[in-house]
Amino acid sequence: MSTTFWVNGVQQTVDVDPSKPLLWVIREQLELTGTKFGCGIAQCGACTVQIDGQAMRSCVTPVSAVADKRVTTIEGLAPGNGELHPLQQAWIEHQVPQCGYCQSGQLMSAAALLASNPSPNDDEIDAAMQGNICRCGMYGRIRTAIKSVNNVASATEKKLYYSVAGVNHG
Amino acid sequence: MGKWTRRAFIATGITTGLAAGGGVVVGIALRPGNQVKELAPKLGEENGKLVHTYIRIDSDNTITALIPQAELGQGVQTSLGQMLAEELDADWNHFEMEEAPALGEYATYSVGRAFLLAGVDFPDFAIPSIDGAFMRVADSLNLQITGGSMSVRTTGVLAMRTAGAATREMLLQAAAETWKIPVSEITTENSHVMHATSGRREPYAAFASRLADMTPSQLPTFKDPADYKIVGTHKPRRDIPAKVDGSLKFSLDVRLPDMLYASVMRSPVPGASLLSLDDSEARAIDGVTDVVVIPQASVSSMVGETLSTDAVAVVADSYWSANEALKLLKPEWSVTGHESISSDQIFAQFERDIAAQVERKTDRVQGEVETAFSTAARVIDADYHVPFLAHTCMEPLNATAEVRNGSAEIWVGCQNPLGFRRDVAQILGMDPEQVTLHNHAMGGGFGRKARPDYAMQAAILAQKVGKPVQLIWSREEDVRQDFYRPAVQSRFRAAFDADNNLLAWENTYTNKNEPVEAPLIPYAVPTQDIGYVNSPVHVPFGAWRSVDHSQHGFFTESFIDEAAYTAGQDPFEFRVGLLADSPRHLAVLTRAAEESLWSSPLPEGRGRGISLQESFGSIVAQVVEVTVEEGKVAVDRVVAVIDPGLAVAPDGMAAQLESGIIYGLTAAMHGEITIENGAVAQSNFHDYQAVRMREAPAIETYVINSGHKIGGAGEPGTPGIAPALANAVFNATGMRVRQLPLDRFDLDYQAVETGTVG
Repeated sequence: MSTTFWVNGVQQTVDVDPSKPLLWVIREQLELTGTKFGCGIAQCGACTVQIDGQAMRSCVTPVSAVADKRVTTIEGLAPGNGELHPLQQAWIEHQVPQCGYCQSGQLMSAAALLASNPSPNDDEIDAAMQGNICRCGMYGRIRTAIKSVNNVASATEKKLYYSVAGVNHG
Repeated sequence: MGKWTRRAFIATGITTGLAAGGGVVVGIALRPGNQVKELAPKLGEENGKLVHTYIRIDSDNTITALIPQAELGQGVQTSLGQMLAEELDADWNHFEMEEAPALGEYATYSVGRAFLLAGVDFPDFAIPSIDGAFMRVADSLNLQITGGSMSVRTTGVLAMRTAGAATREMLLQAAAETWKIPVSEITTENSHVMHATSGRREPYAAFASRLADMTPSQLPTFKDPADYKIVGTHKPRRDIPAKVDGSLKFSLDVRLPDMLYASVMRSPVPGASLLSLDDSEARAIDGVTDVVVIPQASVSSMVGETLSTDAVAVVADSYWSANEALKLLKPEWSVTGHESISSDQIFAQFERDIAAQVERKTDRVQGEVETAFSTAARVIDADYHVPFLAHTCMEPLNATAEVRNGSAEIWVGCQNPLGFRRDVAQILGMDPEQVTLHNHAMGGGFGRKARPDYAMQAAILAQKVGKPVQLIWSREEDVRQDFYRPAVQSRFRAAFDADNNLLAWENTYTNKNEPVEAPLIPYAVPTQDIGYVNSPVHVPFGAWRSVDHSQHGFFTESFIDEAAYTAGQDPFEFRVGLLADSPRHLAVLTRAAEESLWSSPLPEGRGRGISLQESFGSIVAQVVEVTVEEGKVAVDRVVAVIDPGLAVAPDGMAAQLESGIIYGLTAAMHGEITIENGAVAQSNFHDYQAVRMREAPAIETYVINSGHKIGGAGEPGTPGIAPALANAVFNATGMRVRQLPLDRFDLDYQAVETGTVG
């Protein structure tokens, strides 16, 4: 049975079991591998994509549920023309990723948050990002990077993450 | 080959070294024009020159470092690149890093040397012989490990710096011969050779071909660290841009023509073998092409024996189909005799074995222990324990393999590429040279990906199916079939004199692994007796970020806190009083107290705790602030101070501390694998929780470049968070936490009692 939907602005029709989760359709049929598998039960957020602008866990979303809807994956987050999304720039500036495996999902959740709330406070960031686990523990940098986009970080938050004392003596 | 023990390995290493006669050229032995064929692609463009095992210079003067350590999130390729580029005087803006291939030339002999000789220093003249020995042993053992917080302090210090400095010396020599002027008049800067008097300035690339006839020095002259321009400065990580747009290819993202997918399961109780299998329902699922039994196999390496027990896999045209079908398999597993074992029984066994002191072995004994305790004015005792822990890397274990025409290819993310290649070859009945291993950046490793079982399974599947197969472990399999941070029990006694001076420290714990010094304390306690008993369990052991430090940091830094309160002293001041002979520890601890405003008062319901832990060559102090409300703990703030000798990549060091702290905080707050009916009871992130955004504290890190020997970065942040947290809880509530994780306890309930939690 075929399902038609939009992915990153391109119409796609796939002929798969309608109960197959969107995650595996994206990764296997469409070969867009930026969206990751982490848990399979909507607990870790690595598979987060946007469906009609909402951050959703693609690992538990049957492909039939996105028929005629607009799906955005990490590959479609940047506006194009070689430009990055402001969050992607902030992620680089704040050196957010460690292993990077969860970051597609983190970015898709954060982008959905900023689209509806350009100046989120800490509670709103907590609520929006609570579904995304980072086992490298980069939560502090994620928070600061989100706030930096629309310049809502406080002076304390903008300072360096660290201070180095002493001299270079190998 | 039997299991390598530390002693056996050292003996072999030294013997080989002597047999080699000390004349072995190592580490930088590969000569241009003498490359093995697998290195040919690394030569890059037609005019590129591999001037050194680790260095390629292209005709446009771009320099590429081939880094023999794997990337699992720690940013090692950037920091090792910085070390090489610094000594080479390379232009960082035209300097690239790529991971070296899984070939013997890139065996991390220096990691093995440092690990096995445990920090023994050798005179310079002996180093070529020793390196020769270890290069040969590392090569023959297929050692290419990334772990133990070793990369910068071994590969970086011993190999990257040497490669950079030796190549720079060859370039100077080549320029001197070409220009017919003395070497002493030539300088280097930004990948150029210069002669000030004549104004000559040529790119390194102009001399690259001449280096083919030269032999790099093994003992080149290093820069004065005061002249560093790249090391110790912030260089943005080169791998990060590909991690924000989804373009980085993890091994999970490998796509091959005709590739099938597989999901796998072992018996719930570790060690069982497969007696029978009903796969009729699984085979009926659309897309399923095969059900494959993967028989038990065992391999040995320096990290220990890895027993990959019987497994069953479903192969399909989609991972989802394979995993759905897997749930329909009806395997019958053998009885191991462990089917009735629970965590409670394991801890009861630890209790018995510690009490019986059966064959107790000692780590440190000094002073007259019996006398100290029998004459003491006051004695306290306490029992601590911690549960098993799983690694739960974000990227579930996976490997893709293709086996055809007597050779094999495998795509995997692992912490020991050469070792994995050897192990895969062994189970396929091939020579290592018949196996090509492509190592990918990993979505976390934490020690789990040093164990090759998942790669071995993928290889067997590909061999049996005759097509490329991508094996992906479900998260449930990942949690239930791990090599676990062990559950450990630890019993303490401390003796005080009438003036509340700490006279004696006694500690007996269960089951010792690495590093050997993990249970030792830095404090000047005159009488000490630290030892352990063996109390075997059926749950497989694995190295878990900071290994034995992860439990002993919690035990020792909590009990020293108990000692401080017993002595009626401030926990910081009490530690200071015992560190008069340890100035580095004292400086780190003092800085943490200063930055955290240790002495400032906190309101009711809040508390502050401190810890100090040296591990992997770095010293870390942490101060944690908590709020305890309605019986639950919230971590408000963490101040972390590290003395790593020198932070090669300061932002990377800070990030590793943050990461290590959150990893340890997850364990302290939530981490618990329990055993029920012989099997792991947890299965996924809903019942094996991780710290998430809301719980993540603000972390401030302070780096002290003391100028001492370079220490590790990846692990030293982890051990100190649990005790600082538990000590803060005590400060806030008066409740002493002696078991983890914290979320098992209602601190309100306990607070109406007296005494301890757990």
